[in-house]
Amino acid sequence: MGLATLLVLADGRLPSGGHAHSGGLEAQVSAGRVRDIDDVAGFLHGKLATSGLVAAAFAAAACDRPARSPELDAGFDSRTPSPALRKASRAQGRALLRAARAMWSLPPVSREPHQPVALGVVASAGGLTPVEAAVAAAHGTVSGAASAAVRLLGLDPYAVHGLLARLAPDCDRIAAAAAARAGDPVDDLPAAGAPLLDIGAELHATWEVRLFAS
Amino acid sequence: MHPEPQHHEHVVAGGALPHPSDGYTHDHDEVPHTHPDPGVDPHEPLVAGPRALRIGIGGPVGSGKTALVAALCRALGDELRLAVVTNDIYTTEDADFLLRNGVLPAERVRAVETGCCPHTAIRDDISANLDAVEDLEATLGPLDLVLVESGGDNLTATFSKGLIDHQIFVVDVAGGDKVPRKGGPGVTAADLLVINKTDLAPLVGADLAVMDHDARARRGDRPTVFLSLVEDRLATPVADWIRDLAKARIPA
Amino acid sequence: MKASSRVVAELDGLGGTRLAVLRSESPLLLRRTAPATVHLVGGGAGPLRGDDLSLEIEVGPGATLEIRSVAAQLALPGRGHLPQSRLRITATVAPGATLRWLPEPLIAAAGCDHRTITRVEVAETGSLLWRDDLVCGRHHEPSGHVHLDTTIRYAGTTLYRHELSVGPAAPGWSGAAVLGSTPPDRPRTTASGPEAAVAGNGRAIGTVVAVPATLLPPATSGPGDFAVMPLAGPGALATAVGADIRPVRAVLDPLCEPAATLIHN
Repeated sequence: MGLATLLVLADGRLPSGGHAHSGGLEAQVSAGRVRDIDDVAGFLHGKLATSGLVAAAFAAAACDRPARSPELDAGFDSRTPSPALRKASRAQGRALLRAARAMWSLPPVSREPHQPVALGVVASAGGLTPVEAAVAAAHGTVSGAASAAVRLLGLDPYAVHGLLARLAPDCDRIAAAAAARAGDPVDDLPAAGAPLLDIGAELHATWEVRLFAS
Repeated sequence: MHPEPQHHEHVVAGGALPHPSDGYTHDHDEVPHTHPDPGVDPHEPLVAGPRALRIGIGGPVGSGKTALVAALCRALGDELRLAVVTNDIYTTEDADFLLRNGVLPAERVRAVETGCCPHTAIRDDISANLDAVEDLEATLGPLDLVLVESGGDNLTATFSKGLIDHQIFVVDVAGGDKVPRKGGPGVTAADLLVINKTDLAPLVGADLAVMDHDARARRGDRPTVFLSLVEDRLATPVADWIRDLAKARIPA
Repeated sequence: MKASSRVVAELDGLGGTRLAVLRSESPLLLRRTAPATVHLVGGGAGPLRGDDLSLEIEVGPGATLEIRSVAAQLALPGRGHLPQSRLRITATVAPGATLRWLPEPLIAAAGCDHRTITRVEVAETGSLLWRDDLVCGRHHEPSGHVHLDTTIRYAGTTLYRHELSVGPAAPGWSGAAVLGSTPPDRPRTTASGPEAAVAGNGRAIGTVVAVPATLLPPATSGPGDFAVMPLAGPGALATAVGADIRPVRAVLDPLCEPAATLIHN
């Protein structure tokens, strides 16, 4: 257990590039699907149950055995059909490693792993457990998009944070489920897809003007 | 509460060393967001070594940052191996502008999205900008100069020393001749203050003498230049300032 | 109901395909409808809770097989105390072989609880077009629970791993991250959670996985909720989401025509 270390890793102010990513929200705001706090709630629930679960599982698995990271990285590739999302995930993985190298001594890891894999490796280097890595991953999946919702839609920040508070027990549940499967073969790890995130990321990547990188 | 940063051999050139920021933060604001505080930088300074000189160009919206970048490309493009990272909302129109005006091919320009937080991207979390600089160097080979243009922000936006070596702050006379007196980290701490669009001064009733006096009072020995890109398409005083810095870095 | 069906296609030595095995049990009835085409024909409504169905497909070296269905598969509630209905599809595609899986949609009727598990193994130089359409609820009814669990491997490596859950047991499935939210022309239910807000709001999704990627057009996105995406491995995915199945078919059907795939060969 390293609760304060977990807070350092999960802090939105960790300079790991997250602020420039909307977690797919910018595309759905533009599509008119997300306009108010209820839509944001629907978006975040779905994202947590899909991308959040997958990220939590891969973070937990990489934390459990950092040496598995190449295999996990390939497994995450096979769960990420959108090239734009693969690129965004790798960019955030690279940025996280950049920040983490200043915090802890990292084991060998590729230059640009997928973000959840990087998160698991970094969590392990920081002495955290797989379930803690999974909590950071699940929470990070929704908190980044929630922050983007405040900026893109001008929503009441208190209402959005209220939403995050209500999602916190779900994050814990998902993290526990993910950590319980950390040792599974890669093909057996969760693979919950979110089709509109895939399609939205591809559309978003073609825009001439974007406020967020993804 | 502020742990010492741990240095070790994995730190790469230009790597960001995150500290907990002493910036002003919103206690209950869910947007991870720190406001710049002069004198406190969450990043370690850049590592010296064989790499491009990095100059940050910041300033309020509409002060002429992109036009200055274009002028500098025009002035320096033939003598220095040059690339640009822009944090501004970047369109093909902007790219065309640089292509037309700045003799800078598209592959030498990278746009970085800032997620509606331009000052975060140049100061609190510089990772996307560092990645862009590294990618340019990886694609184009060794460079002499990288200009990092910030998104239009306010008078408090400054660059992290973990991203750039020196910074230029651009204000314009149309913003009002009180701007230098107001100060703010951009005006007071930038290595070079550019007061742009002097050709407009008579039209907007700006008193250049007042601006000069206030800038000196605010900035002490740090240089301030007046510029009109209408009259000087090569931004000569700014280009010369950069030339001197580049000479100091590159062995003859 | 427990049923197990199996089809094995081989080269017949004369340049065509013969079906070395075509064994089927209701409700997974297989009928040969053309030399290299087999149709699943309706053998009663279903799957229903308690059903445990298995379909094995094997395409031998150099052979070609296309599987279609004559009607949509309608997952129904059945008796509430029975376990969820399951359909397990296992397919192997040998070197130089081609499998085209192009069935009609699966419809998740209100109250159903169904799981489809798909495992496809494509050998190097084999080719595959794998289509899955899902309609979440019949007209004006809320979706039942369907879970799709798909693994497609190529040359011994997992190329595509995907699960999709819809219905009341899948949090946020109808939110804007997964399959979409209440269309603007519908009254919105507030303060009762995202699932309640879309009850009765039919949604549909279709996917086509292609190996090699050249069986689909190059990467593209839009118009509408549609994209063709090159996978990290040597394949591609086309995905379309619609308020009902029509916009999905409009963009995916042309990609599954033999003529369309030939153009890009």
